[in-house]
Amino acid sequence: MTAHDSISSRTVLSSADIDRALTRIAYEILEANKGPEDLVLMGIPRRGYPLARRLAAKIAAAAPGVDPAAITGQLDVTMFRDDLARRPTRPPHATRVPVTGIDDKVVVLVDDVLYSGRTIRSALDALVDLGRPRIVRLAVLVDRGHRELPIRADHVGKNLPTAARERVRVRLAESDSAATGEAAADEVVIEGPA
Amino acid sequence: MRHLLSTLDLSRDDALAILDTAEQMAAVGEREVKKLPALRGRTVVNLFFEDSTRTRISFEAAAKRLSADVINFSARGSSVSKGESLKDTAQTLAAMGADAVVIRHGSSGAPARLASSGWINAAVLNAGDGTHEHPTQALLDAFTMRRHWARLHGTESTGTDLAGMKVVIAGDVLHSRVARSDLWLLRTLGAEVTLVAPPTLLPFGVESWPCTVSYDLDEALATRPDAVMMLRVQGERMHSAFFPSVREYSRRWGLDDVRLDRLDALGLTDTIIMHPGPVNRGLEISARAADSPRSTVLDQVRNGVSVRMAALYLLLSGENSTERTAEEQPR
Repeated sequence: MTAHDSISSRTVLSSADIDRALTRIAYEILEANKGPEDLVLMGIPRRGYPLARRLAAKIAAAAPGVDPAAITGQLDVTMFRDDLARRPTRPPHATRVPVTGIDDKVVVLVDDVLYSGRTIRSALDALVDLGRPRIVRLAVLVDRGHRELPIRADHVGKNLPTAARERVRVRLAESDSAATGEAAADEVVIEGPA
Repeated sequence: MRHLLSTLDLSRDDALAILDTAEQMAAVGEREVKKLPALRGRTVVNLFFEDSTRTRISFEAAAKRLSADVINFSARGSSVSKGESLKDTAQTLAAMGADAVVIRHGSSGAPARLASSGWINAAVLNAGDGTHEHPTQALLDAFTMRRHWARLHGTESTGTDLAGMKVVIAGDVLHSRVARSDLWLLRTLGAEVTLVAPPTLLPFGVESWPCTVSYDLDEALATRPDAVMMLRVQGERMHSAFFPSVREYSRRWGLDDVRLDRLDALGLTDTIIMHPGPVNRGLEISARAADSPRSTVLDQVRNGVSVRMAALYLLLSGENSTERTAEEQPR
């Protein structure tokens, strides 16, 4: 158990911090788009999707007349990854596109952590096969740096300077409760060698 | 999972992984761009020593939708007709850089031989061997049944099994690799299976199989099955008289118009009729039954592509596929 003992973990974002960050991002998205017209939020599984749903709810609260369910989708990028042959087999998740489609829409990709940028590259490829959006933007809860591709986020919840050997863990009530049975509280934790 | 050779040794988790992945693959077939880049640069060889239309085309479509390169190899018109052995053929394919070999062979066990011999370092998918197994057909049957079962219960099919479903498989069980593969897989997924056939078309040792055996189709239909699978009478494998005449077979063991109407009379509104194809209309199934709204024959064909995409993806992506094994082997 020595491996476990030497791991330190600290909470960098609490549940309230996450909520405030998402509220700000929701307003930023509305401001950048000059309103809710043509907005589609595509969450990347697993944790990007619940974040997209929360953002859509906040956008709907700020812009009356928006149906949050109608502007939210899920975009699976598994089959578009560049490391399929290097990692254990990943089962794909579902891709769900809002009924309006994404052609000529302003698509905001939503993910929990932006790191190498490779997931977002896969997401851009996956998006091309679904249609041709007018604009694609990127919103992430945490940007931890260490980019390996020329990709940046338009909306960031928090910039977290990290070491490459540290791990950033995002826990969300929607995606991380079922496994343990008890309701998980939202938090962002950095784990690393002590 | 490194190969897909049989459903007998397929665990419940692996079976559900293939079926769940197939659900996502099915969604791709409904999109405008019906293609995924997951197997770009990989080569899939269809090695068919026996005739086949739908299985070969289905595997070809599946591999192409995953962006793999496909080489079709049928024994007719190849060096096999000049007497080339399976070993030499396999080594030729290995030299061409095949990442997966989809093999159909008249001899039971040929795919297992190919997978274990060391002749070729590729994933082997059994597309039907002799009277042994046809695992992807069983998986697409289970996929079709699971969607039906989930729709009846108003649930999502992903992640569920077939617990409690009653399935009748009727016809030429003796020569049917589909019946065997279906039985093992359906049992693994929790369904109850009844096999119906004339005594001459039941294999030796069938009483030890985990299923009910009946000689009477009407008796089996009276047990109110949720799915009735009619097997093709495999004339090409019959070298002696297994039943007196085609008419007698059709009357006693075929799903004819009378039995189709009996399903309605029994109030079995949600019972589906399945057939692995190709259909002998008027022999094991009447034209009206094959074309009725209960029939899932075309759904099965459609689902076959999704299931085979899932199998190819799960076998060929990931570090446990060919690349790592290549490192492990000294040569």
